[in-house]
Amino acid sequence: MRNIWTIAKREYDQYFISPVAYVVAFAILFTTGVLFAINFYYYAQNAYQGFGAGAPDFAPISGTFVFLLVLSAPALTMRLISDEARMGTLELLLTAPIRDYELVIGKWLGAMLYILSLLVITLIYPIVTSRFVTPGIDWNVVLTSYLGMILVAGVFLALGTAVSAMFTNQVNAFFVTLALFITLWWLVGFPAGVVAGESARLFEYLDMKTHFYGALDSGVINLSDIVYYLSLIALGLFTGTAAVETRRWK
Amino acid sequence: MIQVNGLIKDYGARRALDSITFDAKQGEIVGFLGPNGAGKTTTMRILTGYMPPSGGEAIVAGYDVVEESLEVRKRVGYLPETVPLYNDMTALEYLKFMAELRRLPNAEDRAWETLEMVDLDERANSYIGNFSKGMRQRVGLAQALLHRPEVIILDEPTIGLDPAQVVEVRNLIREIGKDRTVLFSTHILSEAQQICDRVLIINKGKIVAEDTPENLQSRVLGAERILLRVRGDADGLGEVVKQVKGTRKVTVKDEAAVEFELSAGQDVRPQVAKSVVEAGYELIEMRPVGVSLEEIFLELTDDKPASKRS
Repeated sequence: MRNIWTIAKREYDQYFISPVAYVVAFAILFTTGVLFAINFYYYAQNAYQGFGAGAPDFAPISGTFVFLLVLSAPALTMRLISDEARMGTLELLLTAPIRDYELVIGKWLGAMLYILSLLVITLIYPIVTSRFVTPGIDWNVVLTSYLGMILVAGVFLALGTAVSAMFTNQVNAFFVTLALFITLWWLVGFPAGVVAGESARLFEYLDMKTHFYGALDSGVINLSDIVYYLSLIALGLFTGTAAVETRRWK
Repeated sequence: MIQVNGLIKDYGARRALDSITFDAKQGEIVGFLGPNGAGKTTTMRILTGYMPPSGGEAIVAGYDVVEESLEVRKRVGYLPETVPLYNDMTALEYLKFMAELRRLPNAEDRAWETLEMVDLDERANSYIGNFSKGMRQRVGLAQALLHRPEVIILDEPTIGLDPAQVVEVRNLIREIGKDRTVLFSTHILSEAQQICDRVLIINKGKIVAEDTPENLQSRVLGAERILLRVRGDADGLGEVVKQVKGTRKVTVKDEAAVEFELSAGQDVRPQVAKSVVEAGYELIEMRPVGVSLEEIFLELTDDKPASKRS
């Protein structure tokens, strides 16, 4: 556990000296911030004109956040292990008294902590909304949305770490990761509308976004959604560890 | 401290290590000598737990490198050929990170102490990315010494350093080798000659010779060789030397020097000197020449049948 933490801490620090991390932070915070402002303004106008009530919805913001993760998570994970291999420092880590899975989990956790820091900043949106709405907003929706965002981020970062462990060139790792995320987020769901019966259900289950939109982002917690995300995280970390072990043989 | 028994490593169809056997005791500095691609790095990577062997066994600091890899890694300090450094860290941060990874108590104190050992304490807070090659090498060494390991494995520690830095690193190796086991690889033979207690010569995945530098020398040398130099032209000098009884294998080195061997037990140097002077040459130098490790090395690693000297 302590080894994982040592690796994670270094990785987390690393993000604050890397331009990529700042670009990602800017893209995510700027986009969600603008969306929040427009959304808020729209609801305020409606309320002012007496068109009805309702608090601003949190779904556009959480939805945009996970959408942006599809595009930006590959940039956050691409160098995690591939760059260690390129610089020769992987040899240092693989001859240090730590286990391969500790290295992989530590790398993933470092990236997770970075995303969590961004998520903490986005808390400002529901807090501000809540201050302006009477009698307040539905915090359950906000809570499950955050759980959903954390789980989706966890999956992307775990799979990205695994891909990074397979490459020595981080640009290659980036594009393979991006292709994988696009497949999981958009492509895998298409056959569900074409085929019938059980196989349609299977593709629907594999589709990452169906476990988020209309579910976790709407205050609904299904055990199957949680299990789906947790198993993908486990799969990513396992594959990453296997990839690191494979490197030892080469 | 290091016991290697029939170690084999295959990369696909290529056999990189072909049943290597050797050992190294505590307080011994063992030089690992061989041309590039001979299997030096592969052996070291197996001994440090980086990669598993395809066959055979290796015991380092009392633990099996396959079965008890983590225990081995705790007790071994390793400097790979490409010095593994993080350019975005300061020397101190880097060593602190490694100390934490190795779970050393008082990581910061330990990092400082080790920086002093390699004489980098004044640059502790400079970024490694700004370091010269020699300094980078020393940070790498510090990393290998950080946990005061029982076994230290260094892969070409002096490569790419300037002469002053080479001397510095060699002294450091000698210093740390006093009470620890040091295994280091090099392809510079004089280096092995200078610091090693024992030299292993490896070629094409096999150990072709193992001995002290001195013994290796005398093995090939056989008899004593003398270089004789005169001022000016040396036409016919070879003939003069040949005529003295007790000299053999006279070869003309250049226009003013010849080399010859003394037959066993016959030191005829005074007679040679007398004959040369009497023949009208101005004798300016006569000295024994040692066979360098270079020659031994070439002889041992040569595929063609080696031309024996004695």
